[in-house]
Formats: sequence, C-alpha cells, structure tokens
Amino acid sequence: MIETLTFYLFAFILIFSAVAVISMRNPVHSVLFLILGFFNASGLFILIGAEFVAMILAIVYVGAVAVLFLFVVMMLDVRFNDLRKGAMQYVPLGLIIGAVLLAEFIYLFSGWVLPDNTNEILVSGMTNTQEIGHILYTDYVFPFQLAGLILFVAMIGAIVLTHRKRAGVLRQNIKEQVTRTKKDAIEIKKVASGTGV
Amino acid sequence: MVDTVLSLQHYLILAGIVFTIGVFGIFLNRKNVIIILMSIELMLLAVNINFVAFSAFMGDITGQIFTMFILTVAAAEAAIGLAILVVFFRNKGSIAVEDISELKG
Repeated sequence: MIETLTFYLFAFILIFSAVAVISMRNPVHSVLFLILGFFNASGLFILIGAEFVAMILAIVYVGAVAVLFLFVVMMLDVRFNDLRKGAMQYVPLGLIIGAVLLAEFIYLFSGWVLPDNTNEILVSGMTNTQEIGHILYTDYVFPFQLAGLILFVAMIGAIVLTHRKRAGVLRQNIKEQVTRTKKDAIEIKKVASGTGV
Repeated sequence: MVDTVLSLQHYLILAGIVFTIGVFGIFLNRKNVIIILMSIELMLLAVNINFVAFSAFMGDITGQIFTMFILTVAAAEAAIGLAILVVFFRNKGSIAVEDISELKG
C-alpha cells in the first residue's frame, strides 16, 4: 500500500515536471524541471528495485546532461520570447497526435499480461549492482566497449564542432619551435665600447 | 480506482504519458531547439522506464543493461546536439528552427 502511494507521488511529480518542461517560458526553468523529473524517475527506479540504474540516472542526467543544458541555455544570448511567436498554430495538430498516441499506449498497456513462464534468471543473494556487473562484463562486453567508443566519438565531435581558432591568443606552435635555427633566432653585433647599440 | 498492488501497468502507462508529453513538447516548441532536445530527453526517459519496468517484473536484468546503453547514447546525443546548437548560434545569431532550412541547396 505504501509502495503504491509512493509510486503515485513520484509519478505525479514526474508528469507535472514533464508538463512544466515543455510549457515554461524560460528555458532555465525548463531545465530545472527536467532535473526534478529525472530525480523522480530515479525514485521510481529505486522503488522497483533497480538501484544501480537509478543512481546512474541521477549521476549521468542530473550531473552531466542537465548541467550541459543549463550551461548552453545560459551561454546563448537568445531572446526566447521571440521563439514562441506563431508556435500555437501547430498545437491542435500536436494535441490530436498526442491524444491518439496516448490512447493507443493505454489500450496496449492496460491489457498487457506477462507470460507465466518468465525466466527467473536473477541469482538470489546478489545485489542489483552485482547482477548487472555479472551480465554486463560477460555477455554484453562487446556492446559495453561499443558504448565507450560512442562516448569517445561524441567527445571528439563536440570538441571539433565548437573549437575555433581565434586571433590574438598565444599558443605553442611545436613545428615552429623545432624548426627554429640559430641563424634566424639570434644576431651577434659587435658593439664598440662607449657607443651603445 | 487506486490499485493497492504495484503492477507493471502502472509503470507502462506512466511511461506512455511521459512519452506523449515529450512528443507534444516538440509540437508546442517547434521553434526552440533547446526545448526540442529536452523533449527528446523526456521520450528517452519514458523508454528507460519501460525497459526497467519490464526488467523488474520479468526478473531479467538485461533490460537494465539496455537502459544503461540508452543512457550512454542519450548523453552522446545531448552533447553533439548542444555542440551543433552552439555552432549554429555562433554563425546565425539565432536558434530558431526555421533558419536551419537554409541548409537546403
């Protein structure tokens, strides 16, 4: 009973913050509501017994993705009110599509019955994190490496996209340094005594 | 009305609602790329809820592993999307979606 009440609490806050994300005028508020929604989804995962995924969700989404959003929203100097003009003309279409989609989801999910012979491969006496580690590093080691590669490519892509060469910035040019010779670096002058250079 | 036992349907319908809100958010903010990216994050979150719910109720940990892969791809997508957004803003001084159609030949 208390479980169900907790579920409804988290679920309603999640839905409320999801609605707030898409309807706030100020994108900074949207990002903050996104963070609230992710925390509540994290709570829902803990409720169902998936602690590791819940913690990953909190760390990755709240710690990385949402902060990235916040950073970009605050960095870009955009008048966000201009972006809302004329946005209302697509709302009826969106409402129709959303209603159809939601009706289909509810129709599909409310009649969902799990098969009786669900394979219980959970090993008893193990925590959630241990179970994930057991499968992730054995059966799914190749997708795991691939996920690392995806992150690596994304990192390089983001750096290459946003990097720009600016004039007036002092930076080390290794080729220039190595090819420097004594001839073009120093000049020896004979200075007569008492005259100066 | 309120079921006293937490069932799979609770989680599935919640995920459906969140996914629908994400889809509707794209229609509602179709000029603002940042909100569109956030709507995509909401839809990915709904998919994750589905995966974890099935994983927990079927007693199979594989769903949670796939949730982690989805998280990876979502993080990469957010990073690349925001990088493109920053470059676009630097070139155009705006983030309105209509201006992107100038990329057409």
